[in-house]
Amino acid sequence: MEELVQGTQTEELKPPVASVGFIGWIKYNLFNDVFNSFLTIIILYFLWKTVPPLFRWAFIDSVWHTTGTACRDATGACWSVISANLRFILFGFFPYELQWRPLLAMFILFVLLFISRDRKYWKKPLGYAWITGLFVMGLLMKGGLFGLTPVESTQWGGLPLTLLLSFFGLTAAYPLGVVLALGRQSKMPAVKLLCVIYIELIRGVPLISLLFMASIIFPLFLPEGVTINKILRAQVAIILFTAAYIAEVVRGGLQGMTLGQYEAAESLGLNYYLTMRLIILPQALKIVIPPTVSILISAFKDTSLVVIIALFDLLKTTQSVLSNPEWMGFSREAYIFIAILYFLGCFSMSNYSRKLEKELSRGD
Amino acid sequence: MNMESSTETEKQSSDNAIIEIIDMHKWFGDFHVLQGINLTVRMKERIVICGPSGSGKSTLIRCINRLEEHQRGRIIVDGIELTNNIKNIEKIRAEVGIVFQQFNLFPHLNIIENLTLGPIWARKVPKAEAEETAMYYLEKVHIPEQARKYPGQLSGGQQQRVAIARSLCMNPKVMLFDEPTSALDPEMIKEVLDVMIELAQEGMTMIVVSHEMGFAKSVAHRVLFMDYGQIIEGNAPEEFFENPQHDRTKLFLSQILH
Repeated sequence: MEELVQGTQTEELKPPVASVGFIGWIKYNLFNDVFNSFLTIIILYFLWKTVPPLFRWAFIDSVWHTTGTACRDATGACWSVISANLRFILFGFFPYELQWRPLLAMFILFVLLFISRDRKYWKKPLGYAWITGLFVMGLLMKGGLFGLTPVESTQWGGLPLTLLLSFFGLTAAYPLGVVLALGRQSKMPAVKLLCVIYIELIRGVPLISLLFMASIIFPLFLPEGVTINKILRAQVAIILFTAAYIAEVVRGGLQGMTLGQYEAAESLGLNYYLTMRLIILPQALKIVIPPTVSILISAFKDTSLVVIIALFDLLKTTQSVLSNPEWMGFSREAYIFIAILYFLGCFSMSNYSRKLEKELSRGD
Repeated sequence: MNMESSTETEKQSSDNAIIEIIDMHKWFGDFHVLQGINLTVRMKERIVICGPSGSGKSTLIRCINRLEEHQRGRIIVDGIELTNNIKNIEKIRAEVGIVFQQFNLFPHLNIIENLTLGPIWARKVPKAEAEETAMYYLEKVHIPEQARKYPGQLSGGQQQRVAIARSLCMNPKVMLFDEPTSALDPEMIKEVLDVMIELAQEGMTMIVVSHEMGFAKSVAHRVLFMDYGQIIEGNAPEEFFENPQHDRTKLFLSQILH
């Protein structure tokens, strides 16, 4: 009887006001002891000193659609450097009146990527959609068919080039990396040795040197008259480079698999290929999603290194704008703009990887 | 040491032997883990192997489906000799199912996928048929309601029963059990043993590495005692437990039968 009374009493009791709600949260998280209170005050002061001026610079005092000279009188940010040069930053030397083509190509890519987010669409039709999409994108960029004016790949630039290098760089490097990781675990000594040498060699040199080799040294070995597209060479260098890193990450995942999984698969009569495909890789690759995405993100950003072999990717087109006397000195605004573009790319990748990880871990 | 001479029944029925192991040796590096094993298993025979840890009993049954490779002597399963010939290994694995101490279910697949994976991919059985078989065996191990769950959501006993069903889905002639209850909490041992007893009653040929002496007494035709890589003695359970011949067997039995 007594217990019952107590039970009803506790139900009606509400927690003290100071421990819940907004005030409770602040008290618990920001002012829970002297040191934290001190930190909170310092940070608030710092934010007060930085955020309002930044906001003022970026939005209130800024100019958006003026000429470069008008910009110099403004006290705030000169976003005109972006608005006036947007098409060059985004598309580089792609013929001005044809720039709808790379725009459309990018749009197709984004739509396909967006649809592919959802695993329930990972079926054959989506595969066909990708094949068709890639073909159409190539056609839009290159032209030469169906009355589209041909555009030399030397004129490609800006965001489409960055996306091209990243997209193919990442999608080709990933399977290659997985194969290399499997090769490194192989029982065949020759295969294993080859993979080890490859991985260690590539990881032992910076990407810049690989890009230099691809653009300067490699053509020297080609016979007279044979040339390989410069973008393709850079693309291959990026793929080879990224694959070596992915291989090591995947190897970590493979080492996380217990022997029992192999034995169970073996005793069910699965051969090596099926064991890897159905049992080992699905588990191992899932474990290493976070480090893999780190590598993919850094590979995405590393595509900007192609500036050193004079490909006009997003970073290089921006730099070119800044070397124009009219816009010289507005690098802050221009770089903030491309930083935002890169951030969007990287952030969506890491966001997606978290979503994927969550979906795949429902069994655990 | 040679089992063939120990019982008369075997001589009479050596023609329906399903597994024959003749003077088989295996080394792990320098360690001579199996030292001349001779063993004949007849169709529908149920054998329990016991012995101290490190005596080679697990290695012995793992050699039978080539999870371990023997280095001397012969192993013949249903008339097929185990050699490096990959086709023969595949054929033998198709006839021999194994249940592991740690279950080794595939954690990324649900139960029904665990059960149908082998038949669909290694045997090319149509998916619908494989699932029907899988449900049949899940009912046999008394957990059809768990079909759509993942291994991680099941108790140890349930997982081990799924593992047994997974092996059965491949329709094996022989089932090997490698300490199937050693990784289980005590209250779950019985549910697994019950399934194994039912399987035994249906006439499955079974080789069980286990210290479950109750199980050995109730279903085994023969109990073998292994130590130091050799089969020390083997006998019908009553004889084996009542009247062990060797000192080492006596010592071992006194240790596990408290």
